[in-house]
Amino acid sequence: MAEPILQLRDVSLSFKGIKALNALSFDVGRGEICALIGPNGAGKSSLLNIINGVYRADGGSITFNGEQFVRIRPAQAAHLGIGRTFQHNALFRHLSVLDNVLAGLIRHCRSSMVEHAFGIGRDRRESREFNRRVDEIVAFLDLSRHRDRVVATLPYGVQKRVDLARALVGGPDLLLLDEPMAGMNQDEKQEMSRFILETNARLGTSIVLIEHDMSVVMGLSHHVVVLDYGRKVGDGPPEQVRKNPDVIAAYLGTAH
Amino acid sequence: MSAIGTDAIEGFSAADNTAQATRDRLRVGAAVLLLAALFGIPLVANDYWLNAVLIPFLIMSLTALGLNLLMGYAGQASLGTGGFMSVGAYATYNLLLRLPELPLPVSLLLGGIISGLVGIVAGLPSLRIKGFYLVASTLATQFLLEWLFNQYGWFSNYSTSSSISAPRLAIFGHDLSNPTGRYFLTLATVVVVTVVATRLVRSQTGRTWMAIRDMDTAAAVIGIPVSAGKLKAFFVSSLVIGIAGALWAFAYLGTVDARSFNLDRSFQVMFAIIIGGMGSISGNYLGAAFMILLPILLDHLGGGLFGGAVDAGQLENLQKALFGALIVWFLIKEPRGLAALLSRAWTQLTSRVDR
Repeated sequence: MAEPILQLRDVSLSFKGIKALNALSFDVGRGEICALIGPNGAGKSSLLNIINGVYRADGGSITFNGEQFVRIRPAQAAHLGIGRTFQHNALFRHLSVLDNVLAGLIRHCRSSMVEHAFGIGRDRRESREFNRRVDEIVAFLDLSRHRDRVVATLPYGVQKRVDLARALVGGPDLLLLDEPMAGMNQDEKQEMSRFILETNARLGTSIVLIEHDMSVVMGLSHHVVVLDYGRKVGDGPPEQVRKNPDVIAAYLGTAH
Repeated sequence: MSAIGTDAIEGFSAADNTAQATRDRLRVGAAVLLLAALFGIPLVANDYWLNAVLIPFLIMSLTALGLNLLMGYAGQASLGTGGFMSVGAYATYNLLLRLPELPLPVSLLLGGIISGLVGIVAGLPSLRIKGFYLVASTLATQFLLEWLFNQYGWFSNYSTSSSISAPRLAIFGHDLSNPTGRYFLTLATVVVVTVVATRLVRSQTGRTWMAIRDMDTAAAVIGIPVSAGKLKAFFVSSLVIGIAGALWAFAYLGTVDARSFNLDRSFQVMFAIIIGGMGSISGNYLGAAFMILLPILLDHLGGGLFGGAVDAGQLENLQKALFGALIVWFLIKEPRGLAALLSRAWTQLTSRVDR
């Protein structure tokens, strides 16, 4: 495995006494696509929420890019270079595609409010630079023709791509994708898979994603981690995980 | 199904682009015409029009703009508007009184900044609470400020009556006390603030506000400074409302009177932006026109139609009922306000021009 970008050690989480994650440890290699799978309620989304600080872990530590922390705030995680998309659409629904993606750059904004108000100082140069970066990402994710549309008026699959663009534009080292293909038809899933692969290959972004469709997971990921009731039951390359009897018992074997 | 949807949208945006240039030219033309009309008005309008109609309309627009930045753009509802107006008015009054060497625009701006700082303090609860609970805490601000200015005589220079007369308005030796002078002072302020506010809402600051309004958890996760953004919105909003309050006292009433900045005023401004359109700049003028001009129009209509025939008190009640009914009717026609109504009409008009 390549040098890990993310290391989790004995991470635990409980909600009112119910264990959601039980002393979980695994590594995500730099530049790899790691899929988190497991039945509903296995703790997958909770894990992503811990990695970028939405939830606070009860114990254990997380090391990202060599920096170790127990607790991190969402804004800090974003500044360190952890990007995130959401399972349920969390776009700024009254804004255009352009403005949504531009919002992903706000944390790189150095100009002050006064400079914005009067269009002086760093404001003009910065907004030119931001617009250039947004145009690149928008073209990369094939969103150019939707650029000026209000996101609430776009089809669901396109909205998911806008969410990805918003997370990508800030240039994260690690991207957390929470069910990027939920509710999509087969064509849209294929398209999204292609974008995820291209992001990984061309931008070198490490990716942790949650996905239920096993054919998608097997075709996409370098590394699969299987969760069941907050425990890790499988960890390794896709072919190996598929053959693991524990995994088959916990997840693949069950009717769903 | 999705393929059909995408095609339809593609066709739509292509048509959008070809029409864009024409529409921009029309929009600039309309703005220039409007400005020329506003600056030309004193040539034809009498003092009654300036004093009783246009000046309060412009100041109400400015107040609405201030509240709209906070409520329409940043999504933080507030009923403290009257309170912030009174801070602006009393601060400017004291600056004019105690530092008479400062030019009027500077005193106005400083008064606004003081109001903005009070706004930051009043906005602190927004870091922990939202929605109706935040409205309740801004209500507390409103009552606290009303009490403060009544309780402590220093703010009104120990005047014995509750209202105090405004100092003379002058800028670089030009007397602005006559209606035309006060009208131009108000108009110039409104134009400058509108230009700056328009720039601001289209910048990264404005985007921060709208992101917080639309989805604050997602905003935090992508690294948007949510708390700082909210406090900045409270600052800018209260600054604009403070300037409007000072103008209300000096350019409109001619006195500083805490009673004209009560809770009724806060509600009036909130209604103005709801009717005009939240999250829209032009909506503030439309909403202010609705709140200020329509009652005057109804008054004249009622007087003309039923003058003498119906009891005056009855007539006033009827006008209020009709005004309320009109608000409800407009909101049913277009819940996003008059600005959305107008922009729809505008789109229809320009698409006809394109053809």
